[in-house]
This record gives sequence, C-alpha cells and structure tokens, in this order.
Amino acid sequence: MKAGHKFMLGATVIVASVGFLMYEGVRETGIYFLTPTELASKAAADPTFHEVGIKVGARVVPGSVQRDVAGQTIDFRITDGAHTYPVTYRGLVPDTFTDAEEIEVIVEGRLGQDGVLRATDVLAKCGSRYEAVPEA
Amino acid sequence: MTLLGTFALWGAWLVGLWGAVVGLSGRWQARPELARSTVRSVHAVLLLLLVAAVALWKGLVTHDFNIEYVAAYTSRDLPDYYVFSAFWAGQKGSLLFWAVVLSIFSSLAQALTPRRYASLMPYVAGVTSAVIVFFVTVMVLGGANPFERLPFTPEDGRGLNPQLQNVGMVIHPPMLYLGYIGITIPFAFAIAALLSRRLDTGWLHAIRKWTLVSWLFLAIGITLGMWWAYVELGWGGYWAWDPVENASLLPWLTMTAFLHSVMIQEKRGMLKRWNLSLIVGTFLLSIFGTFITRSGVIASVHSFTQSNVGYFFLAFLLVAGVYSFTLLYTRWPSLEPDAQLESMASREAAFLFNNLILVGIAFSVLWGTVFPILSEAVRGTKITVGPPFFNRVNIPLGLALLALTGIGPLIAWRKASVANLRRQFTGPLVTGALVGLAVVALGIRDTYVLMALVLSGFVAGTVVQEFYRGARARNRMHGEPHALAALRLIGRNRRRYGGYVVHVGILFYFVAFTGMAFKVDQEATLKPGESTEVVSPYGHTYRLTHMGVSQYDELNRTVSAATVQVARNGKALGLMSSEKRQHFTMRGGQRSKSFEPSTEVGIRSDLREDLYIVYAGSVDGTEEAVYRFTINPLVWWVWFGGVVLVIGGILTMWPGGGPLPAPARPRDAGRSAEAEPELVGS
Repeated sequence: MKAGHKFMLGATVIVASVGFLMYEGVRETGIYFLTPTELASKAAADPTFHEVGIKVGARVVPGSVQRDVAGQTIDFRITDGAHTYPVTYRGLVPDTFTDAEEIEVIVEGRLGQDGVLRATDVLAKCGSRYEAVPEA
Repeated sequence: MTLLGTFALWGAWLVGLWGAVVGLSGRWQARPELARSTVRSVHAVLLLLLVAAVALWKGLVTHDFNIEYVAAYTSRDLPDYYVFSAFWAGQKGSLLFWAVVLSIFSSLAQALTPRRYASLMPYVAGVTSAVIVFFVTVMVLGGANPFERLPFTPEDGRGLNPQLQNVGMVIHPPMLYLGYIGITIPFAFAIAALLSRRLDTGWLHAIRKWTLVSWLFLAIGITLGMWWAYVELGWGGYWAWDPVENASLLPWLTMTAFLHSVMIQEKRGMLKRWNLSLIVGTFLLSIFGTFITRSGVIASVHSFTQSNVGYFFLAFLLVAGVYSFTLLYTRWPSLEPDAQLESMASREAAFLFNNLILVGIAFSVLWGTVFPILSEAVRGTKITVGPPFFNRVNIPLGLALLALTGIGPLIAWRKASVANLRRQFTGPLVTGALVGLAVVALGIRDTYVLMALVLSGFVAGTVVQEFYRGARARNRMHGEPHALAALRLIGRNRRRYGGYVVHVGILFYFVAFTGMAFKVDQEATLKPGESTEVVSPYGHTYRLTHMGVSQYDELNRTVSAATVQVARNGKALGLMSSEKRQHFTMRGGQRSKSFEPSTEVGIRSDLREDLYIVYAGSVDGTEEAVYRFTINPLVWWVWFGGVVLVIGGILTMWPGGGPLPAPARPRDAGRSAEAEPELVGS
C-alpha cells in the first residue's frame, strides 16, 4: 500500500472518530432548551417528559423570589407571559440573580410530576450586563 | 471633538473604500501611480482613525457625559486607568479600537515588508482596506458610532461594570483583539498571492512573523481571559466552554494547525491548498468570533447585548467566505503539490495527523457552539450542549494531539528508518512509562488522567532529549560547556527550539487540566467562630474558621467582607477573605446603586493546589455567612504554562535580522547539521 493510501486510511479513522465522538456527545449530553410555553406543550403531549433533563429560559416573576439563606435554597417563579412555573433551587445563585425586575434566567434541571422545576443550575443574565444605558 | 471624530470616521471610510476598490481590482498593475496611491491610502486611513481614537479618548478623559458612550461606560469616580481602558469596554468603542489596530497593522505590513514583495502589496492593501471599511461601516451606518451625543448631559456616567474593573480586563481584550486582528494580515497576503497568481512559497515567508505574532497574542488573550474568569466570576473554574470562550479558541486551533503544516509546504512543497484554506478559515473564524460576541445570537455570559450589528457581521462573514473560497477554487489547478507523502513514518505524516486533529477539535467546538441554532433550524427545538459534550469529545482528541506533540519532533522528514525510530523514541517512551509507574504508585486510577500524565512524560522526554543531543553535539564540535551550548542552540535555531519551549508550555496546560479532575467543592454556613474542614485531593485537611463579616465603604462601592482563618494539617496559614461589593454612583448628591452586587473571591495558590473561597451572602443580615470552599489542584500550572508559552513564542520569532525574515538567505539558516544529526542522510 502506498503512503498516500495509508494516510487516507488514518485520516478516515480520525474523521470517523471525531464524527462518532460528536454524535455520541450530542446524543448523551444534549439538553432541550425550552421556553415555558414549549415546556408546557411538551409535558402535556408526553407524560414521560417529566424527569428529563431540560433547560428553560424565561423571566423571573418580580417579587416571587424567596430566599432561605441558611438552607441555601431559593424558590421563585419563571414565566414567558403565557406559562409560569415554580422553581426550587438548592445552591448558590450568581450575583446577577437579584430581586430587580426583568431578570432573565436559564434554569437547568428537571420538571417534577408536581409541576415544580427542580433546578440543578441557575444562570442569570441581566439586560444591562455590559451595555449600560444611563437613566434619562 | 465628536464632530471631528465622526468626520474622521467618514474620511477613513471614503479613503479606505478607494484603497479597497483600486487594490482588489488590480487596475494598478498597469499604472504605478495607482499602486502607490493604494499603498498610501493605507497610511492615510491610519492617520484618520488615529484622529478618531484621540477624539474618543479626549471625550473619555474629560468626562464629556454628553457623549453617549462616555456616559455609558465611565463615571467621575472611576479610576483613571479604567477610564482609559473604557475605550474598548463597550461595543462601539471596541469596534473603533479594532479598526485602529487593524489600520496600524496594515500600515506596518506595508512599511516592513521587503521590496521584493512589491507586486503583492497593493492587493494586500486592498484586502486590509476592505476589512477596515467594513468595521467603519458598522460604526457609521450600523448605529454603532461611538461619538453619538445624547439629547441631554447627565451629571455623571453610569460607570464601568465592576466585573470589568480588573487589571486582567484592562489587558485581556486588547490582547485578544491583537490576535484576532493580526490574522487579517496573513489572510490579506494569502488573498494577494491568489489574486496575483504568485503562488510560490514567497508569500509564506512574508507572513511568518505575522502568523506567529497573532497566534501568540491570541494565546495570551485566551489565558488572560481564563485568569479573569477564575478570579472575577467566582464559579471556581477557568474554562466553561462558553460560546465566547470557544470563539476565541477556534482561530487559535486552526492557526496552530497552520503553524505546523506551513513547515511541510516550506520543506516539501506539499499542502498548498490546505494551507490557504487554513488561513482563510482562521480569518473567517476570527470574524465569526466577533459575530458571536456582538450579536447575542447565542446566549453567553460574555456577550454584549443583542443588536443589529450582528447582521453586518453575518453578511460580511458570508461575503468574505464566498469570495475567498471562490478565488481559491479558480486557482486550484496552479496549486498542485510538488511532492507526495513518502512514508507514514515521517514528520510530514505526523504533522498531517496533528492538523487533522486540531481541525477536528475546532470543528467539534464550533459544532457544539452553534448546535442550539442548528437544532432549532433543523428540528424546531433548541437543544444545547455544554461542558460534558466538549469534555467528552475533546479529552480523547486532546490526548491524541499530546501524543503527536511528542512524536512529531522525533521523526525524520520524508522517511524514517527503523534504526532512527529506535534511537529517537527509546528515551521519551521510557520517560513516559516511568511517569506512568509513578502516577499509578501514587494511587491515581483515572484513565484519562493517567494517559495525560504518561503522554506528558513522553513529550517532556522528547524536549529534553532534543536539547540534550543538540547541546552535546555543540559541546563536541565547539568545546562549549553544556549550559552555554544549550543557550547557543536556541539562538542558532530559534524556530525549532522556541517551538519546543512552546511545547513545554502546552504540556503544563495539559497537566493543569488533569488537576481539575480532582476538584473538591464544599458549601458551608458558619456563625462567627464556627469552623468546617475540607480535605484536599492530596489528603491535606484544611480547617476554615469563620471570623466574621465587616462592612465598609471604599472608593465607589460598599464592601462587605467575610474573613476566614485557614489552617492546613493544623498549621496556621493566615487569614483569607472574600467580598461582596455593591457599587454606587452619586446622582444629585444621592447615592444610588449601580450594577448588581459583585463578588471578590479569595484565592490562596501554591504549586500543588488553590484554595478558592467565595462568600455567598449572610443569613438575614447577621454575621452568619454562607461560603463555598473549593480546592482546585494544579491551577497555578495554567498561568505558568502561559508564561512558558509566551517565552517560547518570543524565542521563535526573535528577529534574526529585521522584523520580517529574509527568504533570500537559505531557508534553514541556523539549522546546522550539528543541531540536527538525526536528519543527516534521511
């Protein structure tokens, strides 16, 4: 076999491995990213959708945040206007997660049968993070 | 001054357009005065953009809060250096910064490139001008003019986000930008070579330093970004596979591939098409990175807010991509390789595999980064992948790459003989095996960690052997003492031995990454006087005693600091504290909160492990504090690896005469036989 052919064989092995790793990676670790409305329709259509790892992007309902600092637990509600879900999270939330209005969060976790999102991770993204606009 | 600034931008736009149109059209070829005009337009654009830059800086320094940008990113109480660096803290300013730096690079490229490339230079000017015009267009037509005025003048500005108030953040963005922007120059030469059909290796020599410089700046920028994330974001790690982090890694990976594959083209005249594709791809990835950062199309903690600037970048990405690859396609027949691969046991083959793996890593990272968009477009549901995906895919690929890092330098060009292989591989393989035995003896059983450390031992063995053999040869030939011989060795062949030093730096990164597999995380709620214990992966017991929470005002913020007393294995190590900071602005004599509270973490570093303390808050305003204690093994080696990599990079491009290498001298001047005995007769 010529060197060129051997190389092509090796290259095919590498490309196939990369492809396989990526395919497996997406299949095993991919997580649905949904809005509350999409979550509601998924959960209604497929009862097994509960207890599946998901991410939900939504706004925090102002005033819904209840912190139990000693127990390191935070309860709040998220909404996209149409559907609202209660969330419970045990752990430390990022600094950007405040009681201010218009906090956008990405909640990662599972939707329990009781309709409560049990979060394993909460990311807060504030609209004014790097682009600050002076108040008029 | 803002009027002047805006005028300067429009001036730069017009002059740049002239340079781009004339340069790229090639009409200058028959008319020398047009060629001169194209080159001069590059310098004129620089002058105009410098005027704009000075105008913006003047607005910042004089606190002219009527300028929207100044009001949005600075305030009266902001320390001077942050006022200065606010130039690149926001979207609009960083676009101007980008254009200015690219303009400086373009002028330098015109001024420093030897005369024998004169027939390429107007094309180069055309490409760089086109890119500059694009950035200026985004500013003046895309609603991102940094000189925009407000209809009123606020009393004070909003101030800089406290998380950006960090030394790392003053230098991290410029470093990254220098890297991103530097890539434009090699890209411009590649396009110029294609347009002029001068497709010999000449243009490769002209860009060698530029590729190294931008590669190095990217590496520095990425490492500083890791450091910033580690000390400022408070989640206890330095790499989260965030889209913006990925975006900075992508061009670095393809550039690394290019730095290796270009050697094959120089030596053997192979891979011409591949190298051109890599340069074009790297440039497109650098624009893609800017697009990701600025469009908000992919949710990221780093991104600027959503804006239509993204559409400009997307359009530019498409145009540049279609143009470059069409051009490459039309020149395809003149890019036949001069030679074929002769053996799998050759350095060419090792480099080819290294290239495939680097590009494979880049592709998987790109794939994972855009996967949410792809899945939404194709299947209608957004599916995201996170760190588990990237680690799953990239740990095996990274290990294969590490193995090739060791194999490449050991194997001869063209075809290695069995005797050569035995002579070269015995030492490094034995080193790797010894490291493996030591690691197993220490009780480490994690397969990936074990492999990473064995391969690191192998690569280290390679580098030591190369230095030792080279030094011994000099010692025999010139009677130099070994240490002096090793230094002279680097001096005589900077590219080769500087490259090895870079490999050592990369090795340190890999070793540091393995440490993160043993990370320990623990949360605790402590009343003053209470303590908790954390056991580190090395078996040390840290005893952490909460001392209390103190509150005080400092500069432009209120600080609440929690302090712990730290003891390791019963030996006191002193106090460490972590702070919550609430920044304020003065508005009408009243203090008002600006930004969300931010956290200052406490870090105690040594060669083995970092103790990383985050104060998460108090219980109902009392001094009872919630902490997260993290032990991160081997983090220090990331920063140390960065320093070694920079030293290696500088060695590699240390001028041997003039800022650009002179291809007139033999290609491997300095690569003397004594330094490379294994190549003789191969």
